[in-house]
Order: sequence, then C-alpha cells, then structure tokens
Amino acid sequence: METIVFGLLNGVSYGLLLFMLSSGLTLIFSMMGVLNFAHAAFYMLGAYFAFTITGSTSFWIALFIAPVLVGLIGAVVERFGLRRVHPNGHVAELLFTFGLAYLIEEIVKIVYGKTAVDYRVPDLLNFAAFELYGASFPAYRIFVIFIAVAMLVGLWFLLKRTRAGLIIQAALTHPHMVGHLGHNVPFIFMMVFGIGCALAGLAGVMAGNIFVTDPAMAVQMGPIVFVVVVVGGIGSLEGAFLASLLIGLLQNFAVGINLKFAEIFGFLGMTDLSEVGRISVSSLAPVLPFLLLVLILIFRPQGLMGEKEL
Amino acid sequence: MSEAMLQVRDLHAYYGKSHVLRGVNMEIMPGEVVALLGRNGVGRSTTAKAIMGEVAPKGDILFKGQPIAGLESHKIALMGLGYVPESRDIFPAMTVRQNLVLGVKDMRRPGKYSIDQMLDMFPNLRERADNQAGVLSGGEKQMLTMCRTLMGDPELIIIDEPTEGLAPKIVQQIGDMIAEIAATGVAILLVEQKLSIALRIAHRVYVMGHGEIVYGGTPAEFAERDDVRAEWLEV
Repeated sequence: METIVFGLLNGVSYGLLLFMLSSGLTLIFSMMGVLNFAHAAFYMLGAYFAFTITGSTSFWIALFIAPVLVGLIGAVVERFGLRRVHPNGHVAELLFTFGLAYLIEEIVKIVYGKTAVDYRVPDLLNFAAFELYGASFPAYRIFVIFIAVAMLVGLWFLLKRTRAGLIIQAALTHPHMVGHLGHNVPFIFMMVFGIGCALAGLAGVMAGNIFVTDPAMAVQMGPIVFVVVVVGGIGSLEGAFLASLLIGLLQNFAVGINLKFAEIFGFLGMTDLSEVGRISVSSLAPVLPFLLLVLILIFRPQGLMGEKEL
Repeated sequence: MSEAMLQVRDLHAYYGKSHVLRGVNMEIMPGEVVALLGRNGVGRSTTAKAIMGEVAPKGDILFKGQPIAGLESHKIALMGLGYVPESRDIFPAMTVRQNLVLGVKDMRRPGKYSIDQMLDMFPNLRERADNQAGVLSGGEKQMLTMCRTLMGDPELIIIDEPTEGLAPKIVQQIGDMIAEIAATGVAILLVEQKLSIALRIAHRVYVMGHGEIVYGGTPAEFAERDDVRAEWLEV
C-alpha cells in the first residue's frame, strides 16, 4: 500500500517537474520547428543561480529571481543568437543549440567547479509532511507539486484566457499572418523563448536540491525531457503534460518494485543465479522512458496527442 | 490632386534566380479601389507580397509618403496597410470571435468597429461567432479574414485572390462585401483574376504581364480595349 501511495506522490511530483521542462521545450519547438538542445542547460542554470542567490539571501528570493534571470539569458540568446542563425535553416539552429548546451556546461564548470554544490532544501520545508506505514514523505515534495500546479494554471491562463496568449498561439502557427495584423512577431518569439527558459530555470530551482546540482545534471535530464516531448506528441502542451505524468509515474513505480526477474519468471525455471534472473525491476527504471520512446515511434509516431508524425 | 496613398516605383523581385517582377509602377489614391488583373504567374501575388515584405523587394514603395520597402511586416501593418493573403490564414483552432480579437492592433485604442458591430455587418459570421474558425466554409473563411483585417482599421487593404476556389454564388457575396468595405472609405488593391468582380467594384484597373504593368485605365476605358484583353488576359 505504501508503495502505491509513495509511488503515486513521487511520480506526480517528478512528472510535474518534467512538465515544467517539457512545456517550455514544447513552446520553443513550436516556434523554431526544431528541438532546443540547450533546454536542459537552462534547467541547470536555474539550479546554480538558486544556489548562489540562496547563499547570499534566501531560497524564497531565489525562487523568484533565478527563473527570471534564466529567462532573461534565454531572451538574450534568442535576440542575438538564434534570430541571426534562423535564416540559415533548421540544421544551423540545431547545431547552435547543441553548441550552446556545451558552452553553458563548460562555463558552469569554470565558475562552480566540476563537483556538486551544496544546494539544500530550505529549512522551512525540511520536514516530513506525513508518515505512512513508518515511511515519511518530505514537505518539500508537496511544495514542488504546489508550485508546479500553480505554474500549470498560470501557463494555461496566459495561453487560453488572455489576448497575449492568443497572439502567442497564433504566432506559433501563422507567424507571417500575425505580423500582417500588426503584432511584433520577433518580439513575441523572444518572449516565448525567454518564458520557456524561465520555466526550465524554475524546474532547476525546484529540482536542484532534491537531486544533485552538478555540471552533469543537464546531460542527465536532457534526454528524458526529449522523450517526454516526443512521447507526448511534438508541439502539444497537453501531450507533454500527459507524457510527463506517465513517465514520472512509470519511473517511480518501477523504482519501488524490488522484484527480481527470477521471482517473476521463476515458473519458467529462471533462477537468481543467472544474469537475467538477477535483474530487478527497479534497476530497469532509467531504461523505461527510452523503451517507451522506441515503442511510441514504432506504433504511434505522432505521439500521444501530436498531429504531426516525426 | 491629393497625394497617392500607395506609390510603387520600379519594383523588382526575385525567387532565387528567376526575375519575377521587372519594374512594376503603380499608385493608389485614398479611398480608391484598384484591381490588379493578369494571367496566372505574371507576378500579381508577388507584387502584393513584395509590398507587404513577404518577398524581398527592390525598388521604391511609399505608403502615405513614407518608404516601406523591406520594413518588418508589423511596422507596415501599424502604418495602416492591411493584407488579406491568398492563403486566407485564419487561425483554425480559435473561434471566429477570437480571430477578430487578434485583428485589433492595440486594445487600448479601439478602432472604428467593435467586434459586435463587425458581426452585425456580416451576419453570416455572427451565427458562427463561437465556432472554431477551422470548420467554416471557404467563403466564410474569406469573410473572416477580411473582417479580421478591418478590425485593425487599415486605410488601404491589399486583398489577394479573394474568390479563388469559391462557388459563383459566394463569389457574388464576397464582391458585395468588398464593395461594402470600399464604401466605408478604405482604399483597396484587389488582386483578381475574375474580370466580372473587378470591373464591378474597381475605380481603376491595372493589367500585368511578364512581371510589369502593361495597361492602366478606368473600367470603362478598359471595356473598350479588346486588344489588351486578348493579349494579356484571355487564356
């Protein structure tokens, strides 16, 4: 029972963190037409900025300032980098974001060093929210869920209920026409890129102290976020949301299952002395998103909610 | 005589290496309806696109005396030049009403028409106001695109092939609608292939051939010129 409850809560909080990253990536994909390889690097910047700001002020200030700083850097990258690269086509854009990811990683290594920094959960939230069957669930994870839901509602409100959101949506699909109606599309694109990066930065602020804040965190998170976006259906925010939760739950439930193959397939004569029999379900958790990616590309290439096939 | 609202002088445009516009000259006066006629592929739509900055223009384009050649499209639109492209480009996932909202350039300065007034003028759209624009018929989409542009209070609208692919009865309705828009004092450059609609509404016609203007005159003068029709328009 506790496996199910904790798996569910951990899965939802991890899934919502994934959505913070994948929602920004999805918006940016709709705008550029290619995946932004540097997206997870902005997530890493969020965590490092939060570490620095927390050190000199407090986590609560970092929670607001760090995403804004990351968003501003994103806007500058779009304005003075991507916008100039864009006329040279998708391959140039892809290579640009690829190079940018490495650039950010190397800068982080130079400034903060190659080892992890001590970015901690704030004291105010460093307690057990509740206990169940002797196991406790951290209050900070509840806070992550709360912030992610607030972000989700905010993003939904912006895109669906405001004129600015309508203009953004129209600009993503019909940029020329939106320009002819008198709206400044280059500025809108700069804002979209900035907001997308700020959301990644927010995810970094929230996740950097749950996981580890080190220069490898971008490389670890990047592929999972790509999987989310492809599984959800490229360009679909609803799909990204569904896939984030699906992958969050799938990984967390798998981690909680300690059964070995030998126990599951014992009826076939498999013993835990054999190589395959020794494998536990929990050790497969990191592989599952990629298995899902491969299956989706074979059986539903447009993703769960996407319209375009890859 | 008042100054021309739009002046195009020696306009050239290229698609890759092919030289599509070869020195187009034209002008449109305030409140005037001008039809731009010609066979397929002579450069009529390219002229519209070059004026609006979708195709890189070479030459002079003056709108209300200001040079606009090569300006970003939103700057051209904000000066009062509206564009209804051939592809119509409605926003299909949004409702008719939301499409109209996006036509307003600045909500703090409401234009000549409110959304309700616009829907009153075009009752076909009122019936569909809360439907997704993607489910509209071709004629309704064309109406919506024109209304959406009107919401931005343009002083001149370039309308590219508004009747393309529409049934004859709908072509008539679109013609009436353009006449209604013209009656409000908005100047119109109508890029058209159908002579009937162009001659009914236009104050002046230009005929294009091989990337340049080969004839200009009033509809009455044009009606006398069987030679122009035979050489540049008949298939």
